[in-house]
Parts: sequence; C-alpha cells; structure tokens
Amino acid sequence: MMRFHPGDEVRVRSWQPPGHIRTPWFTRGHTGRVVGMLGTFGNPENLAYGGDGAPRQPLYRVRFAQSELWSDYDGRPGDTLIVDLYEHWLEATR
Amino acid sequence: MTAHTHGDGHQHPHPRQPDVEDRPLTYHMALTAAVAELLVAKGVVTADELRRTVEDIDSRHPGDGARVVARAWMDTAFKARLLEDVNDAAAELGIDCGGIPIRAVENTRRLHNLVVCTLCSCYPRMLIGLPPDWYKARAYRSRAVREPRAVLREFGVTLPDDVELVVHDSTADMRYLVVPARPDGTDGWSEEALAAIVTRDCMIGTALPRSDAPRSGGG
Repeated sequence: MMRFHPGDEVRVRSWQPPGHIRTPWFTRGHTGRVVGMLGTFGNPENLAYGGDGAPRQPLYRVRFAQSELWSDYDGRPGDTLIVDLYEHWLEATR
Repeated sequence: MTAHTHGDGHQHPHPRQPDVEDRPLTYHMALTAAVAELLVAKGVVTADELRRTVEDIDSRHPGDGARVVARAWMDTAFKARLLEDVNDAAAELGIDCGGIPIRAVENTRRLHNLVVCTLCSCYPRMLIGLPPDWYKARAYRSRAVREPRAVLREFGVTLPDDVELVVHDSTADMRYLVVPARPDGTDGWSEEALAAIVTRDCMIGTALPRSDAPRSGGG
C-alpha cells in the first residue's frame, strides 16, 4: 500500500542513523513533491548487512526545487533535482 | 632502467614503468581477492563463471546505448516504449540489460537532464558500459547537484537560460539514461550515422550530440 501519490508534498526525515543509507544528506529535512512511483524494493539498509530487505519499501521519485536545497543556488529558478527515496524516509507535510 | 636495442643499432635506456603490483594492495583490493578465491574454493562459482561475468561487464560499451537512442530518434513508437521501459526496449535490439531497471529521461529544446549518483557510482553499466572515472569522483558527485550549470559549462555545454535543468540523483534501485534531443542537420541520416554522434557523455547529460561532430574511424 503506497502512502504517497504523485503530487503529494513530502518532507524527508531528518534522521541520522548509522549504516548503509540511500537517502542523501543534502535532502534530509527538505520538502519536495512526489512525481512518480517506482514500485517496492527490499530495504537497502537491511539488505546491506545480509538481511532479507523486509519489509519491502515503496520507492518514490521526489522532485526538489534547487533553491529549496541550496539557499545560494545560482542556476535558474526553475531548476530541480529528482531523487529516488524510500517511503520510510518520507513524511507528509500536512 | 633497462637498456635494450631496437634492432636498428641504437641502444638506450627507458624509464621503468611501474607494474600494477608496485603499489600496495588496499584493504578492499585484498578483500575482493580473498572473497573471489573463497567463492571458487568452496564451489559457489567456478573460476570460469567469474571470469565470464567480468568479461561480460567489461564488454558493455556506449555503442549499445547509442543504438537504442538512434532507434528512438528514427521510430517514435520505439521511443515511446523506451521511455516506458528501457530494459524491454533494448531487448528488442538484442541488448540484454540485466535485472536492474533502467529509466530513460528525455531531453528537449526546453529541458535538459543530467545524471549523477551522489552516494556512489550507480550507472546503467549494462547498457553503456563502465562509468568514466570522473563520474565516480567526489568532485562530480558533489558539484553536479550543487552547481550543475557550472559543471556543464566545464564540459563545454552552456545551457540557455530558458532551458530547464533537471538533475537526477540515482540513489536507489533505478539507473538513468539520458535520451538526448536529435540535433538539427541530421535529416535523412542513417540509423548508424545517428548512433555515431550519440556519445557516452550525451547519455549522462554532460554533452549534446552534434551534427558536425567529427566522425570516428577517419571515414
């Protein structure tokens, strides 16, 4: 069951757990928008240590405005960055 | 230095080139060798299976991706299938991309895509071969998300202000392939001629295909 859908605004959790984490630091705590769903995959944080990856995690494409990620971004205002993020790293903004 | 003759009567020393073994093994080199030897010793894989897999990966090259892009330029129905599922579309051309899903992102006159993996070196290896060293370097991985337009300028690509730039950070279970826009001046070109201008960097997003690009092969 997917918790989020395309168009949903989401915030990346500000967790700082140790281990094999596929959520880039620069996205944590930032707000973006779901633009796609990629299916469900074994959780890499568990797979990396010989686990079975359960529970599998939905994987989303999340788009961020560059200006949201970097306060001094000097490209164009419409520039964006899309990152693939697992559901347990995302929270609803409202 | 070693002296030798060239068979033409003159003899001179050459500086000695270092061999691979002249540098100490790193921790991960030793670990890789040990695991490989154990897998073979325990019969999990044979030495030949291991060798064949390495050979298969090393045999992948940007020419395969270029064929896929050129076909997409020629055939809009194929392009639609490619944008839907790269692995399936590539299989139509006899290219086996393996089990990791690859997604295509299409450049247009108003949109440019750039691919990076900030966490490591995720790359559609089974379709365009091994990534260049710079793709794995910290400089590219950090700057491609932080100041992508400056990075592109260093690659010789200056995006006009009215072109939107989307950076794709392939952090997870997908690999990304940029489908560049077909350049002007290529009407009537054969699929092979089109494929010849689709370089590796065009499919990463750090270059644009050019109709006036020098052709390889000296032809």
